[in-house]
Amino acid sequence: MTTTSLTSATAAADPPHSTTPPDADLPVIGRRHPWRWVGVAVVLVLLAMFAHGLITNPGWDWPTFFQFFTTRTIFSALAVTLQLTLYGTVLGFALGAVIASMRLAGSPFLQVVAWGYIWAFRSIPLIVQLLFWFNLAYLYQELSLGIPFGPEFVHFSTNSLFGPLGAAVLGLALHQAAYAAEIIRGGIISVDQGQLEAAAALGIPRLRQFFRIVLPQAMRSILPNGANEVISLFKGTSIVSVMAIPELFYQVQVIYGRNSRVVPLLMVATVWYIVLTTLLSIAQFYLERYFARGTSRELPPTPIERVRRTWRALTAKAAS
Amino acid sequence: MTAVMLDLQGVHKSFGTLEVLRGVDLQVRAGTVTVILGPSGSGKSTLLRSINHLEKVDRGLVRIDGELIGYRRRGDKLYELREREILRQRSQVGFVFQNFNLFGHLAALQNVVEAPVSAQRRKRRDVEPIARQLLERVGVGDKADVYPRRLSGGQQQRVAIARALALRPKVLLFDEPTSALDPELVGEVLDVIKELARDGSTMVVVSHEIGFAREIADTVVFMDGGVIVESGPPHEVLDNPAHERTRAFISKVL
Repeated sequence: MTTTSLTSATAAADPPHSTTPPDADLPVIGRRHPWRWVGVAVVLVLLAMFAHGLITNPGWDWPTFFQFFTTRTIFSALAVTLQLTLYGTVLGFALGAVIASMRLAGSPFLQVVAWGYIWAFRSIPLIVQLLFWFNLAYLYQELSLGIPFGPEFVHFSTNSLFGPLGAAVLGLALHQAAYAAEIIRGGIISVDQGQLEAAAALGIPRLRQFFRIVLPQAMRSILPNGANEVISLFKGTSIVSVMAIPELFYQVQVIYGRNSRVVPLLMVATVWYIVLTTLLSIAQFYLERYFARGTSRELPPTPIERVRRTWRALTAKAAS
Repeated sequence: MTAVMLDLQGVHKSFGTLEVLRGVDLQVRAGTVTVILGPSGSGKSTLLRSINHLEKVDRGLVRIDGELIGYRRRGDKLYELREREILRQRSQVGFVFQNFNLFGHLAALQNVVEAPVSAQRRKRRDVEPIARQLLERVGVGDKADVYPRRLSGGQQQRVAIARALALRPKVLLFDEPTSALDPELVGEVLDVIKELARDGSTMVVVSHEIGFAREIADTVVFMDGGVIVESGPPHEVLDNPAHERTRAFISKVL
């Protein structure tokens, strides 16, 4: 039979057991990845060329960059940019939360109004909308507070109430609210229906159901998208330079309009945008970790923990 | 004979054109265990969810300890209660779900503490020791600070039972409490429920576990097509069913 001859053949081919250790004790040699090293080398060369250009090309004009990077004008412009971002985010997300709750409400009327708001403000380009608010005084010279269709108590001149900065904040916030509403709604509907059902079955009050049970779990999907929006709003504030508001980008334009050093001054704005976006991204990372508690079996280490672990491994290796 | 704790009269419920409950009458006496059996789609879960008004019934009344659930009678009209009052009524009923529905972002102890604090306005520092005792009682005392996702299904369901007990409910409702569990974990959850039965809790359990029903039920209810086909002590309904439909079902699941 073939089977018997096969077994006897393998038995014969096998070297005696005394000379080789059993398979389980054999050392393991990892696979090599030569192409990875090639890739790393190519990227390193490209990075080196870029860095070399940054340093040696006189066009970047680094002395001018450093001359303006930390001046008082730039700092006050940065403060305006940060104010616009802060107010735009806070008001935008607050209004967005209201609109999201309207879209999720039981009343079809509220649903339609909320949908209409989102539709309108996503349809109008931000810059067009900003110019509308800027020219609000042309449509309504006076605003007043009172009973609808009834007597009015207080009057304001539109221009004194909405300076350019007010118009900009209003425009950014209204625009942001439309996007924030959809992000918040998306987060809320991503929470398992069973969570609400359990909360209702336990008799937990309505508001508490939302803030204690639903929102913390919704935050997991709200946060990455929300952070995207905050960062894009932060950079998007540069658009209000069309309204001559002295924020970072406008101020940089004013300076290079005077001294015609365009590139180094654009770099001043760029580097500040990068620095602050980095800070926002770091804040996002730690916020996400906070809201991830209970969701994954073990949280991945933070970059700092990773560096510390690698360092410890290296020192241990060096010591041995 | 003890007082009637739970009283359902002529309960009807439709989802769209589908009539899920077609007139259910059920009385559960205090301190007894009722197990509801029946094929899927027979309306068992809907009936259970109607008891604590998670489903609004179309017709019929639900009373717990004499109190009308979900409505207030004034003259010969029923007025729907405000949300706040419905929530108060629900906090007297413990509900255990098939899929546990523990709050994923809260550790086991916080899951148990949440409702007594927010729904019954008890003090957190008073509730916490009680919650720890409850976790101990269902055999997960060492898991107080563990998040639900790190617990096995059986452990999660036992935390969910502790969470329901923390409200000191008048009635405990179980909606297929072991259906989502691995076979080897079913026993640990059933043991907890059996112990509660011995302690004299009033319970209504929707279950497919016939052996369990035989062991702990005072009354077995067989439902089919949105009505109660028959009910009675386990040895009658399970061993000597009066209806052909019941007989067919029990011979299939045994």
